[in-house]
Amino acid sequence: MSRGWLIVWAHRDELLQGLATTLWISALAALASLALGGLLSIALMSRHRGTARSARAFVDTMRCVPFLLFVYVVYYGLPSFGIVLGNWTAGLSALIVYNTGYMGELIAAAWRALPREVIEAGHAFGFHRFSLFRRIILPPVALAAAPMIGNQVVQIVKDSAFLTIIAVAELTHAATNIQSFYFVPFAAFLSAVLLYWVLCVAIEQGVGLAQAVAERRR
Amino acid sequence: MTTPLLEVRGLRKCFGAHVVLDDIDLVLARGETVCILGPSGAGKSTFLRCLNWLEKPDAGTILLGGERIGHRPGGEAPMRDKELARVRTRMGMVFQQFALWPHLSALQNVMEAPLHVQRRPRAEVRAEAEALLAKVGLADKREAFPAHLSGGQKQRVGIARALAMRPELLLFDEPTSSLDPELVGEVLSVMEDLRRDGMTMLVVTHEMGFAREAANRVVLLDQGRVVEEDVPERFFTAPRAERTRQFLARYANSLSPNPPPRVPAKVHE
Repeated sequence: MSRGWLIVWAHRDELLQGLATTLWISALAALASLALGGLLSIALMSRHRGTARSARAFVDTMRCVPFLLFVYVVYYGLPSFGIVLGNWTAGLSALIVYNTGYMGELIAAAWRALPREVIEAGHAFGFHRFSLFRRIILPPVALAAAPMIGNQVVQIVKDSAFLTIIAVAELTHAATNIQSFYFVPFAAFLSAVLLYWVLCVAIEQGVGLAQAVAERRR
Repeated sequence: MTTPLLEVRGLRKCFGAHVVLDDIDLVLARGETVCILGPSGAGKSTFLRCLNWLEKPDAGTILLGGERIGHRPGGEAPMRDKELARVRTRMGMVFQQFALWPHLSALQNVMEAPLHVQRRPRAEVRAEAEALLAKVGLADKREAFPAHLSGGQKQRVGIARALAMRPELLLFDEPTSSLDPELVGEVLSVMEDLRRDGMTMLVVTHEMGFAREAANRVVLLDQGRVVEEDVPERFFTAPRAERTRQFLARYANSLSPNPPPRVPAKVHE
């Protein structure tokens, strides 16, 4: 038993490097999918029917496809259309596109919940188009959606573990390597689990702070 | 003869087959306060919302200081979003449900449009916003967020927010209807101050006392038509239309045993 922990300790650099990759890829995916999700929410809320329907179709597709399959499609499927991505790029793209669907939908949900008069007051006071979105709609929507966005970021961190199947050297991949070389499954995997746990608790703390800010305005 | 501040001719609005506003005419001179009364569903709010094109009228002309609202000069082409946004800043609007921006403090609510729509200098806007909050009796609440204000306080912020645009005309859409009865007076007294300062105001309201005391003219709207328009003395004591008599009688009944209608409380300083 203790042999397992000693081996993992001896390879802690590998594990921490995996953690760093997980952190990086999750952070990039979270920021990009949040920004793209914001744009997607505009399409979802559009008065233009075709735009709203296409956006809705995209969201529904992302919500119905298992992430693992989606990664397979991006990494192994796209090359048949001449799109060849490296494993890191393929993994990051898959995380971004997949989560843009979720982010867009949860931002749109908070938008729908905003009282109609609040937006109408924006119109009455001369805001229109982008200034209306940027100054009147987005800030309260972002505050209201912050807890859900936090949950989605946790989901991104966990989904990034799937990228081990296309050999992205993230935390799960590092743990798998150590265990398959020395056959120490319990110590290797539990170490990875603990590190994921620490990461998710940290994200939840961040969400708690955001909620405290939102609470003053509710 | 000087140009009236607001001139509405033949305003018409339908929702589907239902005619909400039918050929409405109304003229406001600068500095006048006109109250619009009427049963719910009469089209009062829709009328106000047509004036700044929050609802698009189906026919009619709206002139603000001689400029046509909603249509581009010399034609029937509707204004673009940007042009509409500009003319809307000439009319301040106060909403029944306050409609303050929840993510901004009281002071930020007042400063938001002057800063980001009119793009006036921040120092000037801030000084003016602070003065306006003081004027409505909320100097000590400027850092508070809407969620922490009472209904009456929210509505007074709403009025300060509308005034900060330096509008030529203020539109009030049932400003006291969602307030607890004991908070109505503080909002009406602010409106009374504005009237005395010479602000031009169009007020949709159920406050008979305010209409009687503060209005230059009172309009009764019913089923999308102007039933009666007169100075308050005659409107309340010797109405010409039978419908007006019915309306006033029903109000008198529903108000008793609290007659006479409320006179606004003394000014906040």
